[in-house]
Amino acid sequence: MLRFLLHRFGILIPTFIGVSIVTFAFIRVLPGDPILLLAGERGVTPERYAQLQELLGFDRPLVVQYWDYLWAILHGDFGTSLVSKQPVLDEFLARFPATLELSLCAMFLAVIIGIPAGVIAAVKRGSIYDQSIMTTALVGYSMPIFWWGLLLIILFSVTLGWTPVSGRISLMYYFPQVTGFMLIDSLLSGEKGAFASAVSHLILPSIVLGTIPLAVIARQTRSAMLEVLGEDYVRTARAKGLSSGRIVGLHALRNALIPVVTVIGLQVGVMMAGAILTETIFSWPGVGKWMLDSVFKRDYPVVQGGLLLIAAVVMVVNLMVDLLYGFINPRIRQG
Amino acid sequence: MPLLDIRDLSVTFATSTGAFKAVDGVDISVDAGEVLSIVGESGSGKSVAMLAVMGLLPPTATVTAAHMEFDGVDLKTASKRRRREIIGRDISMIFQEPMSSLNPCFTVGFQIGEALKTHLGLGRSERKKRAIELLSLVGIPEPEKRLSAFPHQLSGGMSQRVMIAMAISCRPKLLIADEPTTALDVTIQAQILDLLVDLQKETEMGLVLITHDMGVVAETAQRVVVQYAGKQVERQDVTGLFDAPHHPYTAALLDALPDRATGDRLPAIPGVVPGQGDRPTGCLFNPRCAFADERCRTVEPPRQPPELGEALCHYPLHTGEAAA
Repeated sequence: MLRFLLHRFGILIPTFIGVSIVTFAFIRVLPGDPILLLAGERGVTPERYAQLQELLGFDRPLVVQYWDYLWAILHGDFGTSLVSKQPVLDEFLARFPATLELSLCAMFLAVIIGIPAGVIAAVKRGSIYDQSIMTTALVGYSMPIFWWGLLLIILFSVTLGWTPVSGRISLMYYFPQVTGFMLIDSLLSGEKGAFASAVSHLILPSIVLGTIPLAVIARQTRSAMLEVLGEDYVRTARAKGLSSGRIVGLHALRNALIPVVTVIGLQVGVMMAGAILTETIFSWPGVGKWMLDSVFKRDYPVVQGGLLLIAAVVMVVNLMVDLLYGFINPRIRQG
Repeated sequence: MPLLDIRDLSVTFATSTGAFKAVDGVDISVDAGEVLSIVGESGSGKSVAMLAVMGLLPPTATVTAAHMEFDGVDLKTASKRRRREIIGRDISMIFQEPMSSLNPCFTVGFQIGEALKTHLGLGRSERKKRAIELLSLVGIPEPEKRLSAFPHQLSGGMSQRVMIAMAISCRPKLLIADEPTTALDVTIQAQILDLLVDLQKETEMGLVLITHDMGVVAETAQRVVVQYAGKQVERQDVTGLFDAPHHPYTAALLDALPDRATGDRLPAIPGVVPGQGDRPTGCLFNPRCAFADERCRTVEPPRQPPELGEALCHYPLHTGEAAA
């Protein structure tokens, strides 16, 4: 188990360096000059342009810029926003809880609905349940996120008036930020109705962000279960006279979860991309919306640092998935 | 009254190319403490018949029987719940592939303890005690340590011992062993067979041994059923069968035993067991039978009397040496 852990940690370092090179290089390939953008409509004189270039370090060779960048990161400095003049890390940390809360809720929905749906589809293979679950999953998977989000807003917010259109909580409520998670903070505040308001704001974005992972998890669970249900050890479990609930829910599902957990880990990365769209649609003040805004403003340090931080989050999540994988699958743990 | 009494058992599978009768009109009876062997090539329906008794066939299979009784319980009319109470406690089964028959995600101790908890309602410490007892009974060294082992840490022989420990955990009245040694090394095969026979003698449970190995039959069984293409072609006690096989198929199987072979080459039975699409008319064995004539190819053979091994044949062999 220790070797397995060290190995997993060891892989993280080159991955992180690789991601930093990609984000550093990619942002410089994009068209658009940040200095001109900073100057705005008034324009900038050639002297001032050169001055700014030197100040921001854009005149030096790329390798030097990269090395400085990496060195700073190792010291916890992810740069400073060209627009707000705030450290990138501070800006990220201020917005990350919102994204984390949204992603956790979305993934929670995807897992608690997706896995049972996949199990039912597999056990009742070929039935009307199977067909309707799989058709729904395919529709969910194929639906563009922005379109799906808009449809839900039109139905639930505009026509039915059940949920708010944007934000994390109604402006009526104000309380200090403790954890950064609106659900928890609203409960801690003790303000009446605050928690309900936070939930009603969270529900639509969570559904929108969770739809694709939900569909993928349901399909993966179904195919993994179908394979496992035909295994010899499932027959052994039945030969013991166990209840079908125990056979399916314990003996089969435990084995089927191994590939499903892998898919869940991969979906976290997909979800980070989805968060950009979802947060924009619902004006959710999270990392995704922040990234998109920074791209439009050509705020190099923010895009670069933000991408790297998001990549780091995805890597950490996948590390956790790998550890969970070892926990579920004894062959990996002791292999 | 026999412990297990089955008459006219048939199993039909619904396949994409039509219905396929894998087991056709089979009678099986096993007395308490008796060892019955079912012999036949792959595809003869011997496993399917016993899986039908266990209720382990997939939903595509249709099981019909004139009579199906175990220990006074009518399995045909028993509820699913009632059958589950019997399966794993009073009848248990071990399989051909021990390595894949154990769940890779759970420890040996957990998997042995499951039946004890489900059927006997034993608590945690009692389960552990009984599991250790069972593991030492099936000859696993250091049973306490093995409880926390996962299946991938066990060899094939060890896995089969664990399967046997699981199967006998609730002291069953009948154990069905479906080719329990086929997937194992030759040296381990003998050990596992000895273990099964010893356990059978000690616990006086009935044992149904499904095999295609006539050598195994000779060493273990009291009575033998020879099955071919879903039908029972001969039923005899073991000495009678080896001394005077009445069905040409049984005789051919015995001739293929290395101990009995006389020439330079081992005699083999030409051809394979007919499948779904190539069933011959008349006797199912006629295309491979050395004695077949026109009657065998057109008329279904009759069941001969018990003194001729109840052979399903027009021209049974060794009629002069009929068992008394």
